[in-house]
Amino acid sequence: MSEQIDTGRAFLAMLRRDLTLAYRHRGELANPLLFFVIVVTLFPLGVSPEAGLLARIGAGVIWVAALLAAMLSLDSIFRSDFDDGALEQMLLSPHPLSMLVLAKVAAHWLVTGVPLLVMAPLLGVLMRLPGEALGALVATLALGTPVLSLIGAIGVALTVGLRRGGVLVSLLVLPLYIPVLIFAASAVEAAAAGVPVTGQLYFLGALLALALSLAPFAAAAALRVSLS
Amino acid sequence: MFEPLHRLASPPHFYRWSGRLAPWLGAASGVLMLIGLYGGLVLAPPDYQQGDSYRIIFIHVPAAWMSLFVYMVMAVSAGIGIVWRVKLAEVFAVSSAPLGASFTFLALATGALWGKPMWGAWWVWDARLTSELILLFLYLGYMALYAAIEDRRIAARAAGILALVGVVNIPIIHYSVEWWNTLHQGPTVTKLDTPSIHPSMLWPLLVMALAFKLFYAAAVLLRARTEVLERERNAGWVSEMLGGTR
Repeated sequence: MSEQIDTGRAFLAMLRRDLTLAYRHRGELANPLLFFVIVVTLFPLGVSPEAGLLARIGAGVIWVAALLAAMLSLDSIFRSDFDDGALEQMLLSPHPLSMLVLAKVAAHWLVTGVPLLVMAPLLGVLMRLPGEALGALVATLALGTPVLSLIGAIGVALTVGLRRGGVLVSLLVLPLYIPVLIFAASAVEAAAAGVPVTGQLYFLGALLALALSLAPFAAAAALRVSLS
Repeated sequence: MFEPLHRLASPPHFYRWSGRLAPWLGAASGVLMLIGLYGGLVLAPPDYQQGDSYRIIFIHVPAAWMSLFVYMVMAVSAGIGIVWRVKLAEVFAVSSAPLGASFTFLALATGALWGKPMWGAWWVWDARLTSELILLFLYLGYMALYAAIEDRRIAARAAGILALVGVVNIPIIHYSVEWWNTLHQGPTVTKLDTPSIHPSMLWPLLVMALAFKLFYAAAVLLRARTEVLERERNAGWVSEMLGGTR
């Protein structure tokens, strides 16, 4: 390598590359989002369309659907790069693998997490959530979905070398998602009841900080194991 | 200083000393278990609130303690396996997982049996129960990942990373579900001042806890022996020791 590139620029290059790749496959981009909307739609049909009940379970339903949608899209973080060998090149690059992983996770969140954020208020209205809860819903999703992508990256990195990692990823990742689900759902519930939600939001923020600082290293270590 | 440790950790040596140690541990565990059960089921008085049904505590609480203890053992040895590539540490982590899962399941099952007469329900979404259930999921995830990867050493390292991630998550899960919802009775033994449990109930409980620990030690040695044999089945010392020819 004749030209030295610093890690920050490598990070941005990786981010731009992944976003471009996602943009070239626009059709697949919509799938997790559609899945999210459809799962939420199933609840009024399957449980009851009664407004009071929907308002009570709405926050939890939207969050569980977000969890499942995030999980569905996880495979795309590393799969295609693993299949065409790009992942091995990343392992060989002089930049810290954890930074490259972080860039890939950031790209994944931008293309899968952010659309959920945008769609969530609409689903909140469909689930008859009170107006005060909608802000809390968006705030918890904004803090929580990056955590989902970060933790999910560890699970995918561990299973990327396997032929059928799909079900296994959910088994590995879902237990780790539970704290996010608990704090987020309780924040939305509290907001609907008119109680301040700063406590839960701080916790989600703390989880995000923890995941941001540790998950890239765990995912990088997992990738090295998977590709060895 | 580390020389004897290294020697103990070499597979043939481990196979030899564990074979001598395991029966003793198992016997000690059996004796203690009989003493503890006699003390708990016969000598200890009925509880003033819960009558005789509290007696399941002598199984339930040691199993719950073991479920956490085994996870820590598993995670620490997985960490040692990842960092220093000690084969035996990997083997211990892998052998611990099914035992830990069994203890967790035992704690959940006896808790359900206890919960039915006390709370009127087999299962409630209480903090302790929920975090114990998630602990079981973590164990099962670890075992599933280990089983899914063909190469034993790679599998042990990948599963080890998962175990370490789980360690970070366990306190988070514990406190998140605690703040979310709790019904379980408070701790009665592990308080810094005097325990609020009567000594006549405490000593069988502690004896049982020790018996469970020794049982785990014996069982994990036996599992580890099998695992070592399987991994080293092509090594010279195995055929030499077992007299087999390949």
